[in-house]
Formats: sequence, C-alpha cells, structure tokens
Amino acid sequence: MSLFSKRNKEVLTAPLNLDNPVVSQVLGICSALAVTSQLEPSIVMGLSVTVITAFANVIISLLRNTIPSRIRIIIQLVVVATLVTIVSQMLKAYAYDVSVQLSVYVGLIISNCILMGRLEAFAMMNGPWESFLDGIGSGLGYAWVLVVVGFVRELLGAASLLGHEIPFISESDFFHNGMMTMPAMALIICGCVIWAHRAYNDREKK
Amino acid sequence: MIKKFFDTIRPHFQPGGKLQSFHSVFDGLETFALVPNTTSKTGVSIHDAIDSKRIMSFVVIALIPALLMGMYNIGFQNYKSAGVEATFFEMFFYGLIVTLPKIIVSYGVGLGIEFVVAQWKKEEIQEGFLVSGILIPMIVPVGTPLWMIGVAVAFAVIFAKEIYGGTGMNIFNPALVARAFLFFAWPTKMSGDSVWVSTESWFGLGRQLADGYTAATPLGQAANGQLIEASMTDMVTGLIPGSIGETSVIAIAIGAAVLLWTRIASWKIMLSVFAGGALVAALFDAFGAAENVSAHLGVCQHLFLGGFTFGAVFMATDPVTSARTEKGKFVYGFLIGALAITIRVLNPGYPEGMMLAILFMNMFAPLIDYCYVQSNINKRAKRMKQE
Repeated sequence: MSLFSKRNKEVLTAPLNLDNPVVSQVLGICSALAVTSQLEPSIVMGLSVTVITAFANVIISLLRNTIPSRIRIIIQLVVVATLVTIVSQMLKAYAYDVSVQLSVYVGLIISNCILMGRLEAFAMMNGPWESFLDGIGSGLGYAWVLVVVGFVRELLGAASLLGHEIPFISESDFFHNGMMTMPAMALIICGCVIWAHRAYNDREKK
Repeated sequence: MIKKFFDTIRPHFQPGGKLQSFHSVFDGLETFALVPNTTSKTGVSIHDAIDSKRIMSFVVIALIPALLMGMYNIGFQNYKSAGVEATFFEMFFYGLIVTLPKIIVSYGVGLGIEFVVAQWKKEEIQEGFLVSGILIPMIVPVGTPLWMIGVAVAFAVIFAKEIYGGTGMNIFNPALVARAFLFFAWPTKMSGDSVWVSTESWFGLGRQLADGYTAATPLGQAANGQLIEASMTDMVTGLIPGSIGETSVIAIAIGAAVLLWTRIASWKIMLSVFAGGALVAALFDAFGAAENVSAHLGVCQHLFLGGFTFGAVFMATDPVTSARTEKGKFVYGFLIGALAITIRVLNPGYPEGMMLAILFMNMFAPLIDYCYVQSNINKRAKRMKQE
C-alpha cells in the first residue's frame, strides 16, 4: 500500500474540514476557550496538541495488539501523559513565556477529548502510518480553529497580533473590546466559526 | 387616509409587482400603521383586538415620560456642572439634541438588521425591536459614543435574538444584552465617574465642560465608600447623574401605571421585584458590615437609586423573557430584586446590579416555570390516585 493512497489522504484531510474535532464534533472546547485570548499561545497550543496526538496515535497503534482491552484506557493515559510531560518540559525550556501563559492547559492536554477519542476510535484499529496521519490531521483541525479564534480575539481585544501592536487601529476604542478578552466571547466566536463552516459545507453539498 | 395610501401602493409589493422583494418591509409598515384585517380562517381561536405591535406601542408610550424626564435631566446636569442658570426649555432641548442621535442609531441599526433578516428568511418583519430600540438609548450613560451603541445593538439583535429565532423566542432581554455587552466590552465608557454628564456644547445649547470633568452616580459614590450627596427629592424627581432614562422615579411610576392599566406588564412581577429588593436591602441595613456604605443605604434609597425602578417596571416584566406561570412570576420577581441589591452591596466592582440580576433570572425563568408545571402535574396525579 502506497504511503499516500486515497484512503490515507482522506484520513489526513477529513478532520480539517468535515470531521473537524472542534467545529463538527465539538470536542476540546474547554482549552479552545481558555488559551485563545492571544494568537501566540493559540498557535503553540495547536502545535502541541498536533504533536502529541500524532505520536500517541503511533505508539498506541504499535501496541494495539498487545494491549488487554480491559485496561486499555490506563495504558492510553500513560502514553499520553508521558508525551504531555515531554512537550511541557520542552516548552518550559525553549518557550518559557508562552508556557507561563498556557499554564495548566498544557498539562490538561491529557484530558483533551480529541486525544482519547482518536486513540480509542482510530489508533486501536489501524496501523501506525495511518494513525500518524490521522493524528496530524486531527491536531491541525483543532489548531486552525484555535488560530482563527485567537486571531479575532487578539485583533479586536488588544489591537495587536502575536504581541505586536498594530499602528493606526490601536488608537481606536473599537479594537480594545474588553469582552473579547473574556472566555465568553471565545464561545461566541467558536459558534460563529461553526456557523460559517456549516453554511459553507451546506452550499458545497448543493 | 393612511389606509388609502397603503391600498394604492400595495400592488407594487404583491408577487409580480416591481418591488416584490421588499414585500416584508411593506407588510411591516402597514401592520404598524393599521390593525391587520386578516382573521384566522380555520379552527377556533380566542384573540382580542390587540396584536403584538399594539402591545409594543403601549410600552413605548409608557416609556415616554421617563425619556422626556431623562432629556431634561441631561440638560439640567450639564448646566448645573457648568454653574450656569438656564431656562427649562434650554435644558430640555439640549437633552433632546444629545439623546436623539442615540435613538436614531439604535433604531437604524436594529431595524436594519431585522429588515435584512426578514427579507432573507422571507418572513414577516418582527416587531420586537420597537421596544428594545428605545430602551437601549435609555439605559446607557449619556457619554456613550454613537458607534458603540451601534455595535452593541448589532450584537444584541444578532446574538440575543435572531439566533434564537427572533421576537418571542429569545431567552435574554435584547436591550439588557446590549447594555451588558457595552459594560463588559468598554467598562471605562459605561461606568466610573466621567460618563454620566454630557460635556459638550451643541448648537449653542449647553456648555462645554472642562476635560476630565467627573460626576459619579450616587451608587458609584456608595461603592467607593463615599456618602451620597443627592437628596431624597432629587432621587424621586430624577435630577441625579445616571443613565438617560433611569433616574426619575416619578416618570417611571407614570409608565408603570400605563403598563398596569393596559395589563401589559404583570403586577406580580413588579410587586415582587420591589418586595425582594426591599427585604434584602433591609437585611443588609440591619446586619451588613459597618464599613460597607452600600449596605447601609436603607430600603428607600436602594429602591429609588440607579436602574432598580426602571428595571423592575420595564425590563423584568418583559413578557417574553420572564417566567410565565403565575406563581413562578412571584419567585422570578423576588429573586431579581434580591439579587440586584446583593450584587450592589457585596460586589464593589459593580455599583449597579439590576442588569446582571435580570439577565441571570432570564436564564432561570424556564426552570422556574418547569418546576411549577411539574408540581401541578404531580399534585393532580396524586388527586387522581386518591379518587
């Protein structure tokens, strides 16, 4: 079987659009609301989840025939926890500021529903390469929603992007909307993303 | 005569006419001006002559005294702060000039969105915004910039109303959502002590005040631990700094009388809001911490200050977002009053609690209804068993 057969391509791209973990399956919402007040943490969070999902998927799919099904959740948790700890230490070593901003939410990736969902639903039944692609796809599907929400919130809430203040518009009160810095607004923006996504896909179907 | 006018232009809006895509605008305007002459063709329906556009018009009429008093108060505050004597008409027209653009922006943006949505979904235009559109300018401070009102109105109409399915389906009161949005989005423009008095001069009326002129609302003073300067008479007549429509207790009382006389608002909700507020205010007065000024304002001041009366009369009684079971109305109203005073006293960050209290209870109204309906069902089921 070739590395990028038709099925593998679909495994990679489906979570980006129609099977998007946040927008279609509404998983991983808590962290999407908590870390998206600025663009930079959103990007880092998205990447961390992508890396962890991909490698956890690979490891579990390698082990899948040896895991007794009664204790599979514990084993999955151990694998995920290991990876999360590694990522968390890496962030602390090389991107300390961002890891402070993300605070507990890196650790909480362990309990991210997207991860457990992919492990249970995909990695337990598929080979390592497909699982890897699936993990990358799901992680990126999660990441792009975070980036969109983080972009809107940082632009309208603080008139800056990636921490750089944007000239001209930063003088306007409109771009210092306090509501945007609150998680409540992240939920509404998430809702808007879902709205746009569904409207777009309904039109494609027709 | 108005009917004749509508009859002559009607053909253009019927299917096939050249303006047919604007038929919902036409319908909306026609039913606003005239009582619709359609009756149901099938089944039995009990209905009186009043439709929801008429209800909305009565609420707007009830709001007018408070609005006029608010306009006068804007002028009064401006001239008083400038230390200049002025006639009644100068004060009133100054207030009119300051307030009118806000009302126009609010109606323009809100009705614009309603018209667009109605056209898009090919539905009738819904009339709910008639009241919200006048309420929103009345519950913001006079210093709120026009574009902020526009943004807040758009937010409220789209996210508090249209996504729930339009008028009659909303969980939260749109006017209060607009205010809450402003309050959380631009806190410095919605509270504090520099937004309550209009500082600019318009068309020779009013006086330009120095930059940084401040005047806190009485509740703001209390939250900061100062004693309130305003006298009881000023509180009742409404000559204190505050949001445009909320200051005058007398004008609001006239509105309340209109609403109760036409039976549009529920007396149960109104009464129980005041009862809840009075009880909690009395409790705080008796047992509150000594250094907390807001705790010791006393019952009358708490009920007369800020948005309490306005909220109780015009906001809490909104038939869409309040509880609908008759006993539930008492619970709903009582908790609004109690919560509003509690927020005022216990949270120094929020000098005014009425907005949050009503929004909070809006959320719980369906739950209250559910409990009462279920308990009725259980009671009757028990009675059935005994017989």
